[in-house]
Amino acid sequence: MSQSLFTYTLRLADDLLILSQRLGEWCGHGPVLEEDIALTNRALDHLGEARNLLTYAGQVEGKGRSEDDLAYLRMERQFTNVKLVEQPNGDYAHTIVRSFLFDAYHLPLMQALTKSNDEQLAAIAGKSVKEATYHLRHSSEWLIRFGDGTEESHQRAQAALDDLWTCTGELFETDAVLEEMTKAGIAPDIATIKEAWSRTVDQVLSEATLKRPADAFMMTGGRKGLHSEYMGFILAEMQHVTRAYPGVEW
Amino acid sequence: MTDVKNLEDLFQAKIDAEQKIEPKDWMPDAYRKNLVRQISQHAHSEVVGMLPEGNWITRAPSLKRKAILLAKVQDEAGHGLYLYSAVETMGTSREQTIDDLLSGKAKYSSIFNYPTLTWADIGAIGWLVDGAAIMNQVMLCRTSYGPYARAMVRICKEESFHQRQGYEIMGVLAKGSPEQKEMAQDALNRWWWPSLMMFGPTDANSPHSAQSMKWKIKRQSNDELRQIFIDRTVQQAEVIGLTIPDPDLKWNEATQHFDWGTIDWTEFNNVVAGNGPCNKERLAARNKAHNDGAWVRQAAVAYAAKKAGKKQAA
Repeated sequence: MSQSLFTYTLRLADDLLILSQRLGEWCGHGPVLEEDIALTNRALDHLGEARNLLTYAGQVEGKGRSEDDLAYLRMERQFTNVKLVEQPNGDYAHTIVRSFLFDAYHLPLMQALTKSNDEQLAAIAGKSVKEATYHLRHSSEWLIRFGDGTEESHQRAQAALDDLWTCTGELFETDAVLEEMTKAGIAPDIATIKEAWSRTVDQVLSEATLKRPADAFMMTGGRKGLHSEYMGFILAEMQHVTRAYPGVEW
Repeated sequence: MTDVKNLEDLFQAKIDAEQKIEPKDWMPDAYRKNLVRQISQHAHSEVVGMLPEGNWITRAPSLKRKAILLAKVQDEAGHGLYLYSAVETMGTSREQTIDDLLSGKAKYSSIFNYPTLTWADIGAIGWLVDGAAIMNQVMLCRTSYGPYARAMVRICKEESFHQRQGYEIMGVLAKGSPEQKEMAQDALNRWWWPSLMMFGPTDANSPHSAQSMKWKIKRQSNDELRQIFIDRTVQQAEVIGLTIPDPDLKWNEATQHFDWGTIDWTEFNNVVAGNGPCNKERLAARNKAHNDGAWVRQAAVAYAAKKAGKKQAA
């Protein structure tokens, strides 16, 4: 039970940590100053939630690992985030679509998790719901602007959507860990989350005049630590200082 | 002619009486020009300053430090926004102001043309660069132009947090491992003199100073502020066991200030002229962000126009 809870919590944390890391790359390079602020703000929100989850995962595991041990001293095979969040920033359409596809999943997940039998996860989710709500609003509004803006922005948004769509299957995969957590009333029913996600996607894409890609091939592997080649570079950048000076305080 | 003279007298009387000048008040062209130059330089400095610090967000050595740095850089972007708005109150659009930065016409603080090479540089920037900036900014909270003064009140609150977090980073490094202490000392060695240059040329060589003091845009001279900064920072370095890289630094009982060495003004002039270690990279990064973002801004405008059209049609 505690092993599954550890794995489940770590998955939630890793998605947010890696997405935050990607969004942090934008800092100082956004398309307009307001978006620089929005992106760093999102990166900070995701990081805050990831830190709460990592700390909790460390407690559940009971081996004395801190948030930093879990973030900085695991290798890519031990990271359990979905591949969606490790995808490169690309152009702003890719960044927005990546966040939109994640936000549309993250908000209903957090809302449902507030009713989790695990009090700690419920409390962390409770704190996240407000942030997740405006994250989804932010990414939806931009996606609609792109879809229904200029011809170029429409094409870029559609291309990003087509590119990233194959990464969405992973968000709703089930396995023994998730089944155990759902049965224990800790994790919500993932099928319900998928329905909510799908409704949001349809609604926003319709307003954006964008086409929902067909569900064909879907990527898999992230939850088992089988990542894209991007992942090693993300971690190399994130971890190198910490690993170069082991055991010190910062 | 007499009318303008009268207006100028009234304007100066208002300033002498410590009343704020507001956007709709009459002001001499030179006052407006001077302020547009100063506030826009200040805004650009906030925005360009995001680059050397943003450089370390993805590599911050702990999650807590990463979170603090993200919050700090986000603050800098916010400061940029307030200040661009303050420039707009003087009748210069944000687009025009930003275009002047991108074309290289407008300046920003030369300090941001130095590279952040190690994590300790993030500490040094907070401690020294923000510390030096605060000296100016505290003074500017009482500047004669109302919108600028009010923006500075907000900015100062955040900057003092930035300065403290930078000093704290340095303190932790200085009492850490020998490698960490070396990293902190090296950062102090590299950032010390450029930080002193941030106060600008000596009073004798400062072309805008006298008029700015008369108009109470500035209230203390470059040299005065520089001395206060040195006196304060030398003591802070002592507390955490780091050494200021100036062999001439010595307490002077008579003046009750530290005597100190000489700034390399050739280096200063070089960096101002565009020949600093990162001038080209900084401007290139801002231009790339602006150009890559053009379609994003166009989409936002096009969408807003469509929406407005639909509303009108309905």
